[in-house]
Order: sequence, then C-alpha cells, then structure tokens
Amino acid sequence: MTLANPVVGARPVSSVRLPGLAILLVLASAVVMAVLVLLPLFVVFHDAFAKGIGKYLASIRDPDAISAIQLTLLVAAIAVPLNAAFGIAAAWCIAKFEFRGKAALLTLIDLPFSMSPVVSGLVWVLLFGAQGWFGTWLIDHDIKIIFATTGLVLATILVTFPFVARELIPLMQDQGSDEEAAALTLGAGGFTTFWRITLPNIRWALLYGVLLCNARAMGEFGAVSVVSGHIRGLTTTLPLHVEVLYNDYDFVGAFAAASLLASLGLITLVLKTGLEWRHAGELAANRRH
Amino acid sequence: MTRPPLSRRAMMAGAAATAPFLAGRAFADDKPITLLNVSYDPTRELYKEINAAFASYWKGKTGQVLDIKQSHGGSGKQARAVIDGLQADVVTLALAGDIDEIAQRAKLLPPNWQSRLPNNSTPYTSTIIFLVRKGNPKGIRDWADLVKPGVGVIVSNPKISGGARWAYLAAYAYGQKQGGAAGAKDYITRLYKNVPVLGAGARDATTTFAQRNIGDVLLSWENEAFLTIDEFGPNYDIVYPSSSILAEPPVALLDKNVDRHNTRVVATGYLNFLYSPLAQDIIGKHHYRPRDPKAVAKYAASFKQIPLATIDQAFGGWKKASATHFADGGLFDQIYKPA
Repeated sequence: MTLANPVVGARPVSSVRLPGLAILLVLASAVVMAVLVLLPLFVVFHDAFAKGIGKYLASIRDPDAISAIQLTLLVAAIAVPLNAAFGIAAAWCIAKFEFRGKAALLTLIDLPFSMSPVVSGLVWVLLFGAQGWFGTWLIDHDIKIIFATTGLVLATILVTFPFVARELIPLMQDQGSDEEAAALTLGAGGFTTFWRITLPNIRWALLYGVLLCNARAMGEFGAVSVVSGHIRGLTTTLPLHVEVLYNDYDFVGAFAAASLLASLGLITLVLKTGLEWRHAGELAANRRH
Repeated sequence: MTRPPLSRRAMMAGAAATAPFLAGRAFADDKPITLLNVSYDPTRELYKEINAAFASYWKGKTGQVLDIKQSHGGSGKQARAVIDGLQADVVTLALAGDIDEIAQRAKLLPPNWQSRLPNNSTPYTSTIIFLVRKGNPKGIRDWADLVKPGVGVIVSNPKISGGARWAYLAAYAYGQKQGGAAGAKDYITRLYKNVPVLGAGARDATTTFAQRNIGDVLLSWENEAFLTIDEFGPNYDIVYPSSSILAEPPVALLDKNVDRHNTRVVATGYLNFLYSPLAQDIIGKHHYRPRDPKAVAKYAASFKQIPLATIDQAFGGWKKASATHFADGGLFDQIYKPA
C-alpha cells in the first residue's frame, strides 16, 4: 500500500476484449447494485414524500427534528476538526520521521476501523458512566459526559479517528520530506515550512479525508446509540431520531429525517468523485476507498 | 503550487450555513424547569399527552414553565442506562424488578420505594394479550394454540424488555396451571421454539409483526395491541386468552437525582398527578387499565375481564422470579436457543 504506482492516474489499457462471461458478471453486478443501493435510496425518498411535501417539511421543522439536526451538526463540528488536526499530526510524525513504535502507532490508528462501534460507545460508559472508573468523581463535580453532548462527541471522535490520518499517511510517505528539507535549508521556520510546503501538498487528500470523516461522523449510529440515553430533543442525533420516529409509527417523519442523511451521503459522494477526478494524482497514493 | 488554496469563501459559506443551527442551541435559554422521565417502550404516546397535561396544570398552579423530556426503550435497557448515569428525575418502567435494580446497584432511591405511592406505586395496570392477523387465519384462541407447529410467535427478549418478561410469565403461569413446574417448563420450551426472532423491546416486536409482516401472533401489552389497531387500521384482531398476568408497571422518584437537580417538588407533583382523575382518564384513553374508579367505569367496556395471575402469588415476587427465570443461566437461558 505504501508503494504507489508512479503512473497512477493513467488508465490501464486492456488489450483483451471482454469475454461473454465478463459481460454477464458486469450485468449481474449492475443488477445487484440497483437492488441493494438504488432501490433502498428510492424507498427513502418515496416514503419521505408519501404524504406530500407539506408533511415532509412539517416533520423536518418539528422541534425534535431541528434539535437532532443541530446536535448532529454540533457533534460533527467538534469531532471533525479535532480528528483533522490529529490526523495531520499523526500523519506528519509517521511519514516524515523515524521512531520506535511507529508500527504500533499505525496499528493503534487503525483500531477503530476493526472495532465494533458498540464497543467504541461502551468504553466511554465504562470510563465515565456512574458505575465507571471516574463516575463518582464526575457526579460529585456535576460534570455530565455520557448521556450528554460530550459523550456523543467522544464516541464520534473514536469511531471517525482513522479517516483523516489514513488518507494522509500514504501520500505523505510518498512525497517524502525533500521539499521540507529544502525549505529548512533556505531558512524557513518550522511553522512556515508546514504552512507553505506541507499543507498545500496534502490539501486535497486532507479535504478528502475530512469529507469521509464528516460523513461517518454525521451518520454514526451504533456508538452514539450506546452513550445517548435517547432523550428526545436533547441527546438524539439525526440517525437516532430516525429510529425513534420509526418506532413511533411516524414513518413519514422517519424517512424525512433519513432523506437528510441520504442527501448528505449523495453530496459526499459527488464531492468525493469530483476530488478523485480532478486531483487523482494527489490522492492516488491511497486507493482504498 | 499554482492551484489556489482552499477557498476561504467556501469555508465562510460553510460556517454561515451551520451557524443558525448551532446558535439556536445556545440562545434557547429562557430556563424552564427540565424534568426527565425515563420510561419503557410502549408509553411514548401516553406520556406525550400526560406531559402536556401536567405542564399546563403545573403552570396554572405554580407559574413555573416545564420542559418534560422523554426517553423510551426496553425497560431493562433503560434501567441499565439510569444505573450508568442517565440523569432521570423519575422512572416509569415496565416492572418493579427493574427499579429494584436501580435501587440496589446505583442506590438512587431507597429499597422501600414501592411503598411510597398508592397501589404499589403503579398508577395503572395492564396485561398481556394476543394480536393476530385479520380473520385469525391460524385459529389462535388460547395459549395452547401458540405451540402448534407452523405458528410464528412474535415477542421481545425478556432479558431486556419488560413486556417480554410479563409475556413469558403469563405463558409460564398458564403452563403451570396445566401441569405444574414440569408442565410449565415443557410449555415455554415449545413456545419459544415457535419464536423466529426476539425483539429488542415491545415496540420493536410490534413493528416486526405489523410493519414487516413477520409471524402469526404477537404477544403484546394490551395497550400496545389496541394502539397497533389504531395505527395500522383494521388488519388485525385482538384475541384474549383464557388467562393472563396482572402487569403492574411502577413509577418512582429517583431521590439522589432530584436532589442534585433541585427538582424534588415538581417530580413529586408529576408522579402524584398520574393518580389524578385527569391523568387517569388519559391513561384509560391510551388503553392502560386505570385505578381511579371513575376512569375504570368509563373505560370498563374496552377491557375484557379474564383471570389474571399475579407476580406475588404465582412467582413469589420479582426478586424470586428474576433469579429463577431471567438471571444468566436461569430458566429462560436453559430453554431458549436462538434459531
């Protein structure tokens, strides 16, 4: 993964014509995609507008829905920049310097990817819950962490932790530190070097990582469900709000909220595709997504 | 580096778009008193109406503006959240055993909590009945019909759902009447063999049955069964079995929490209000069995009277019932194997 193809961006040219079997396979996957992706997407919007646009707008303007939207934006607005800052710092260390325990750090960064989101939520309950390690102290000092916004932010940060770092590390490793070294020898300070050399070099990959991080942060269900407490209008994020309304038999409301999340997904997809198309070279070191 | 850096204008636009939403949270601060009622799954509609009624009653009485928050989920799960620090002022759960857990593990209220309010702290009762598909195509009339081959029974997981515990105990009490302890064990073993999937809470089981069209019969709270017909139209029939269980969902004040939040007076007022004629009428309207004689008389016609076993007589109280049936390695774990 770290050894990038030097001619990435150029399309591999196939000299072999597609045999019949391959055409069948392509068709089959197109059908599967239509059934598994397009159909559910259609259902979301269909059911959201099932009782007309008036009902749709009314469910989005419902105070609990507005509160869920605000909370989701707030959580993402805290979690994503923190993870971006962390991702840049981690990628910088890993790509530009040699140190003991580098492999261990890389593995740690990847841990949230391999961990079930339920665990990512539960660890905070075990730490900060009333019966947890710091529970008594927090209660004595009237500090609310879980079943409050802070807990939602913590759970979201943990789940979306690797997105930015994982996007930047291969690219920065690929770029090496020659340009930074040149800047330093020409007399630039550390900060100037970072601001004028490193950051511009990684900006598109950074944006790409932030995009994915944000999509996951706003869409996360499992981890936030564990720490939410499901208080309506207070600790339900948009994905949790969808579940609440669905269980209230308010299907229009549930799918209206779901349509917001689906739209977020579609916007992310468009931006992501645009980035891949225009700046393939600067993202190419990482082709996992 | 000839490409322009990330447009500053784009960033400003993003910030401007999110600002009103974020600001709304910060400025909505005219300080009503907040009360959190952590409840079980099917009471969503009930408490929505009761909260509105209580808020206007309380405002008339004291001038204070209330903001009553609700949280709903499987009763056992909700109790767990309160134990873990969910800051409920009052809990209104499906069974006393779950509030006992809160008293025992988190010590938020005294062990004798259930004697502090009338009727064992249960402002209403309910029971477990059957909901079947229109016309009852599988001919389900009583508990014996649930264990016939080919009958799909929908019920939620008694490990986490209060209604599911009542349903399990109602079934067990039926089996016990037929053939003692051995007969009961045999009966529930065969019953849960007919359960394709255990729901996470009463509402989850209902949507499995009604929205996803799985199974032939739903073991349901009486109130939930009526609500399903209200919500989904006349696609279902209610079947009263020959006997069931007297379900007593209790309410309690969490002393440590209300003292911390300074809400003892209003929380006490809230729980007492549940016994008032006004709230009792709302309770009857939502198909829970009220305590107040006037409401009982008004809604008597909608509740069929059948013999109901009680937790104390048939099972020796919740403590014993929990240990025997629902604890890890208890009877439920012995008889239930996921399909």
